[in-house]
Amino acid sequence: MAIFLNADSKVIVQGMTGSEGMKHTTRMLASGTKIVGGVNPRKAGTSVDFPGDVSVPVFGTVAEAIKETGADVSVVFVPPAFAKAAVVEAIDAGMPLLVVITEGIAVKDSAEFYNYSLGKATRIIGPNCPGLISPGKSNAGIIPANISGPGRVGLVSKSGTLTYQMMYELRDFGFSSAVGIGGDPIIGTTHIDCLEAFENDPETDAIVMIGEIGGDAEERAAAYIKDHVTKPVVGYVAGFTAPEGKTMGHAGAIVSGSAGTAQAKKEALEAAGVKVGKTPSEAAGLMRQIMIDLDQAPI
Amino acid sequence: MDLYEYQARDVFEAHGVPVLAGAVATTPEQARAAAELIGPKSGGVTVVKAQVKTGGRGKAGGVKVAKTAEEAEQLAGQILGMDIKGHTVNTVMIAQGAQIAEEYYFSVLLDRANRTYLAMCSKEGGMEIEELAVSRPEALARVAVDPNVGIDEAKAAEIVAEAGFDAETGAKIVPVLQRLWDVYAGEDATLVEVNPLVKTVDGDIVALDGKVTLDENADFRQPGHAALEDAAAADPLEAAAKEKGLNYVKLDGNVGIIGNGAGLVMSTLDVVAYAGEAVGSKPANFLDIGGGASAEVMANGLHIILGDEQVKSVFVNVFGGITACDAVANGIVGALQAIGDDATKPLVVRLDGNNVEEGRRILAEFNHPLVTIEETMDGAAAKAASLAAAPAAPAN
Repeated sequence: MAIFLNADSKVIVQGMTGSEGMKHTTRMLASGTKIVGGVNPRKAGTSVDFPGDVSVPVFGTVAEAIKETGADVSVVFVPPAFAKAAVVEAIDAGMPLLVVITEGIAVKDSAEFYNYSLGKATRIIGPNCPGLISPGKSNAGIIPANISGPGRVGLVSKSGTLTYQMMYELRDFGFSSAVGIGGDPIIGTTHIDCLEAFENDPETDAIVMIGEIGGDAEERAAAYIKDHVTKPVVGYVAGFTAPEGKTMGHAGAIVSGSAGTAQAKKEALEAAGVKVGKTPSEAAGLMRQIMIDLDQAPI
Repeated sequence: MDLYEYQARDVFEAHGVPVLAGAVATTPEQARAAAELIGPKSGGVTVVKAQVKTGGRGKAGGVKVAKTAEEAEQLAGQILGMDIKGHTVNTVMIAQGAQIAEEYYFSVLLDRANRTYLAMCSKEGGMEIEELAVSRPEALARVAVDPNVGIDEAKAAEIVAEAGFDAETGAKIVPVLQRLWDVYAGEDATLVEVNPLVKTVDGDIVALDGKVTLDENADFRQPGHAALEDAAAADPLEAAAKEKGLNYVKLDGNVGIIGNGAGLVMSTLDVVAYAGEAVGSKPANFLDIGGGASAEVMANGLHIILGDEQVKSVFVNVFGGITACDAVANGIVGALQAIGDDATKPLVVRLDGNNVEEGRRILAEFNHPLVTIEETMDGAAAKAASLAAAPAAPAN
């Protein structure tokens, strides 16, 4: 099981022949991901060799790649100026899961392709995200596969490096899936989408949710948890000391007035019964205790 | 990036939004010259408006009506240099006077919660919209705008009807909203606000004051936007960091922070703030060096941070995800060698993740007197906070 991504997922890479695409396709292959193709109209019909005697065919379009390989996941490394066209192409081809790694996409483009995807077959994760990993099964994006193995904790986070940090802290328990949903103002898959999927996933026992300042996604996730999530949830929110009106790295991480503060998010989560750690280590400690209480011994 | 009112006015004008004549001045003499030029359009009357990127300037005395060019000069002299909520007024706009019959409100912005755009419109403009939204929410129309459709004639008509305008006034506002949508979409804005949008005694609709926020991610297709940046108003350390391509925000404390990844750096600020409570230390900055912490990037980051006089200690917090910790450690060693004797402040380094043992070994072998290695983020934060609080010891 796991969520969104499993051992049978057939992955293509849009932008595979670029430098980031090549580097991370190599890493995804090394961690066992079934990479079935790349897309580049100028190199259609060729193939690219990767370490371990793997040859990956390059297709001219996403539609052609799906027709030839049955691909059901696409990872997008296309540069910001061309990302919208790549995403729209994948949506039109009916790609079920689209993982947009690209950082720095104009928010107008994201707003347009997200709304274009509504009512169609595609789930978008990102943009500006590290992707997702179901350890031991498949890895779609740039999350290092060697941080943690498989287990029964589910993780959803806006931040890439905090995803890595939390996986590292809890590597003795392991993860069913870890999803980096991205730090941009408009993202395709939210905390709530992941909470719902983890709640329904029989291989997930407990959930870690990492948020950060800006917007009200964490507050809405808290309301969702209260009504719909029966599995234990541990939260962590970054940015308690962020000043108002300054963008902290992620385009979406900005406090405006009293809205979007870490304190408000923490209080909303706690009111929903979520245990919230003050630091990543404290949050990991809370989850460790929950897993022990669930009789899950460390691996 | 937020624009000044006068920049918003210029952008509006370029997109065919009706605005009044206006010119900027940075000295009282320039204000007088501008008033002499613009005043005749409105019976000699001009408005002298402080240009600051904050609200409430009217209440603070930053907007004054001048009946003559002499008075405009005199008022500009009072307003220039004024402090409005921590913003110094360096520029005033001399605007044509208007005979206002009614004041309205309009904005279009990014609606993160619904992942679409939102248009807001009210017949009651002029006041702070946050106040109106709370005190009389029914007076503020909120209409969702599909990013792939925008505000066409039909959507504009829906917005004015929702706001309760009479047919005649509504018909005059509709084309103005379409032009304002051209500003929003054409300039890659995330906010376009007009407050007030006015009807003059002659029945004309005019955007009297505008606020525009631009998306910096769209700079690649907006070549004109770079010129709108107010480099002079930026913090000098922030400007230096931007030049090096570093993501840096100056804060108020004494512990310099370097980390990789926006989330981890935000988290580092928090952990340092908690650890510093007992000893009176606080984070001095946000600095994200990104995924690949090369020696050069690390050196650039350290230079910026050591250039901040308030910094008493530095906390380098790196999780080796894609980058291996040995590469990060080599980056720190290279940076300290490049900086040489200019490195005078203690550095606390926490490395974790990929190849962490090798990374720690490289730093231990380097054995720099200013570098302390800590194993956990919390422990390193406590160390950096206490070093920053300690009275300066003589260099060894």
